[in-house]
Amino acid sequence: MNFPILSSLILLPTIGALFIFFVRSSNSQYQSSKYVALFITLANFFLSLYLWIVFDKSIVDFQFVEEREWISGFVNYKVGVDGISILFILLTTFITPICVITVNATIKNRLKDFLIAILILETFMIGVFCSLDLVVFYLFFEAGLIPMFLIIGIWGGERRVYSAFKFFLYTLLGSVLMLVAIISIYWITGTTDVIKLYELGIDVKYQNLLWLAFFSSFAVKTPMWPVHTWLPDAHVEAPTAGSVLLAAILLKMAGYGFIRFSLGLFPDASLYFVPLVYTLSLIAIIYTSLVALMQEDMKKLIAYSSVAHMGFVTLGIFTMTQQGIEGSIFQMISHGLVSAALFLCVGVVYDRLHTRLINRYGGLVSIMPKYAIVFMVFTLGALGLPGTSGFIGEFLVLMGAFKKNILVATIASLGVILGAAYMLWLYKRIIFGKLINEDVKKMFDLKRFEIVTLWLLVLPIIFFGFYPEPLINSIEVSVANMIDMNDLDKINKLALGE
Amino acid sequence: MENLQLIIPELFISIMIMFLLIFGVFKRNSSQLVYNLTTVILVAALVLIINLDTQIQSSLFNNSYNIDSLARFMKILLILSGIFVMLSSSKYVQISKINKIEYPILILCSILGMMVMISSNDLIVFYMGLELQSLALYVLASFNRDNLLSTESGLKYFVLSALSSGLLLYGCSLIYGFSETTNFNQIMINTKEIEYGLTFGIVFILVGLAFKISAVPFHMWAPDVYQGSPTSVTVFFALLPKIAALTVFIRFLYIPFYELGDQWQMIIIFLSIASMVFGAVAAIGQKNLKRLIAYSSISHMGYALAGLSTGTTQGAQSSITYITIYLVMNLAFFSCLFMLKRNDEYYENIDDLSGLSKNHPLLSLSLLVVLFSLAGIPPLAGFFAKFYIFVAVINEKMYFLAIVGLLATVIAAFYYLRIIKIIYFDPEKEKFEPKHNLGLKFTLVASTFFILAYFIYPSGIVDIISQININ
Repeated sequence: MNFPILSSLILLPTIGALFIFFVRSSNSQYQSSKYVALFITLANFFLSLYLWIVFDKSIVDFQFVEEREWISGFVNYKVGVDGISILFILLTTFITPICVITVNATIKNRLKDFLIAILILETFMIGVFCSLDLVVFYLFFEAGLIPMFLIIGIWGGERRVYSAFKFFLYTLLGSVLMLVAIISIYWITGTTDVIKLYELGIDVKYQNLLWLAFFSSFAVKTPMWPVHTWLPDAHVEAPTAGSVLLAAILLKMAGYGFIRFSLGLFPDASLYFVPLVYTLSLIAIIYTSLVALMQEDMKKLIAYSSVAHMGFVTLGIFTMTQQGIEGSIFQMISHGLVSAALFLCVGVVYDRLHTRLINRYGGLVSIMPKYAIVFMVFTLGALGLPGTSGFIGEFLVLMGAFKKNILVATIASLGVILGAAYMLWLYKRIIFGKLINEDVKKMFDLKRFEIVTLWLLVLPIIFFGFYPEPLINSIEVSVANMIDMNDLDKINKLALGE
Repeated sequence: MENLQLIIPELFISIMIMFLLIFGVFKRNSSQLVYNLTTVILVAALVLIINLDTQIQSSLFNNSYNIDSLARFMKILLILSGIFVMLSSSKYVQISKINKIEYPILILCSILGMMVMISSNDLIVFYMGLELQSLALYVLASFNRDNLLSTESGLKYFVLSALSSGLLLYGCSLIYGFSETTNFNQIMINTKEIEYGLTFGIVFILVGLAFKISAVPFHMWAPDVYQGSPTSVTVFFALLPKIAALTVFIRFLYIPFYELGDQWQMIIIFLSIASMVFGAVAAIGQKNLKRLIAYSSISHMGYALAGLSTGTTQGAQSSITYITIYLVMNLAFFSCLFMLKRNDEYYENIDDLSGLSKNHPLLSLSLLVVLFSLAGIPPLAGFFAKFYIFVAVINEKMYFLAIVGLLATVIAAFYYLRIIKIIYFDPEKEKFEPKHNLGLKFTLVASTFFILAYFIYPSGIVDIISQININ
């Protein structure tokens, strides 16, 4: 057996957290614990980059699989990656160091605890994306609630307690049914090993109920309309780094879960519930876009736009076409980068003026030109302008949707226009216009570390916008295999009466 | 001639009780010494039990006293909890001025009673053990006799518990009347046909037992007794009687009443659901930590009963796993409670925890771990406890019970989160005393470590428990 690279990815942040925890702190050592965290997360990033390079993109099977006995005779600790999960791992390890860099400005008290929480959270997030056993997946999926609850609750804004509780209880309530479903799958098939389950398949008569149980969990986490209401609250109250992680990675767990488990394990049920998902996705796209238009709080606006973007993701996944699923994955990665960047941008001005109300700003272009540039890139990325990564994702999703249902695709396209409307209007109100407020005039342009973090995000957004090949390349085989394996095409055709 | 070697631990404890009584009376100011000696005696008893030949599966005294793997495991659990309770509460006992020589001796008496209960294979032996434990507990509950709440709780516990013992005894007599025997194995053989009297007997016995583990709707005593008793007695109440009562539950359900599963299954399911839901809902409004943990333990007992309600060996084993993890969690929780001391006064209201994390980061971290574990959030031990229960329950296709149980965990999560909120999110208050004695620190660190690290090797305990022969 080779070097257990995935387990190292999972464990490394925890080891870092333990290290920070056990090193006694005085105020002067806060800085050093920050460097430890930065070092660990960067090491993790390069490790996952290495993983991506040595990963063989032409093979269908899961790679770097590790299996160890865990609960004897019942559940094995099993991890592995395919072309889909490896991208999410990369996204996680890329976003986390950026969060660590930003803590300087945003976290005023208990920096050490915050770093520990972020590192532990990274462990759980990576664990979610590479676990190949349902119980292990559930464990990581749920465990992430603990650090996130603390991040919102300790370092959040005024209504942090309410938001933290809402976040925790909503997600927990959604997930408990998934646990019942996982245990039921064990008793139906005798295993919770995902690879074996792919081979065995699950009897059609059980699929619908099991699918619904998984759906209840993923729908809350995605979040889909009408269970999205925790997200704006959580986003608004969370500190910048928390919002970034929440939007960039935690939301993607659900999209990933839809692909890996809902489609992979219950193909027939997925097909059965396509109309439901279409409807909810369309409502999410149109309704939350309209809601976003009306927001006066910048973070809330971006939060609602996240719901709309995730609507595209669920729509794309359940078109069950190569383009649709690829588009969804691309959209998730892109949204991970863009929304992270947008929350960082909000964090930048919030640190200066301590308000997130849009109408308190205006005319920033003349005093913060550097800020105006990067914010422009991210705005365009969010509305899906060609040349940014946002475009590729939405385009592929719509292409998949047009293949299946023209009406759905048309309505979804309207969402793109609405998206452009609220993002550009937001940009106009903040960056352009007259510089009226005195305190706004005193704001200063980006500091060095802000330039670094924001440009780190600009680069991939533009790069993948022009050259999506590396990402598409990585997921192509896995997605094709998923469609193949479950005969999604055949099922599709049967359903269409061809 | 009976093989008395097998009951050496019980004999040892009985002799030591008498010795300590005499010793304590004749030697002045020996209360602390007696307390420490009691801890040593418990350790010795633990060694004696572990030294018993594991392979032996035998019964004594005309098959009325069972020494089997279940009894062995539960006794080890019992005595271990006893040792940790003694270690963690020694300082509390001194400061609250309840360090009389009777205190540790009564604890030994009730532990002896519980050991008899755990091993009993006969209605009469079982009742004898039960009374020995209960009588000691009545006195312990009201041990702080100058305190109004403590005396009230002792009296309340006495009256209600006596009632339930009466019901139990009546049930026993009905069973005896219809099966013509008091021996568990014989009862199973003699009760192939269901008669009304037998069903009544089962119901009465189950009610009595439900009272002992404070399952809803026989829980009324628990919050008052938990709150009123001295904390060192509350932790005893929260841990040890539950072990004994659960073992007796398992014995009754899996030996004499095993064939009558359809008679008792609905009752256990009802008790389980009612306890899970009621415990979760009622705890929300509580202000006193001890009272809150009383409701929380009612809820936890509901989960343990859910495992039993399956009527399968796997279900019983999952219940044993549950109670094992429950013990560790409660031990950790009470250890934290013992640390909330300022100027020789202990604090036990939730508000007293406000902002604890700023002054006592390690203590709050332990509380955080314990509370999330009690709420059943992975990857902590409490999650695995619930997980095993639901695996057993879903295996029997009892989906309704599983879903209700899981929804109750969400409700319960709310009040655990509320405590965490007060510890971590609220403004800080005055500091507590940072110095604690070694036994308390050791208990807290060991139990917290167990909860945190359980996920690394979850097979360990499960493997041991799966060796246990239930019937």
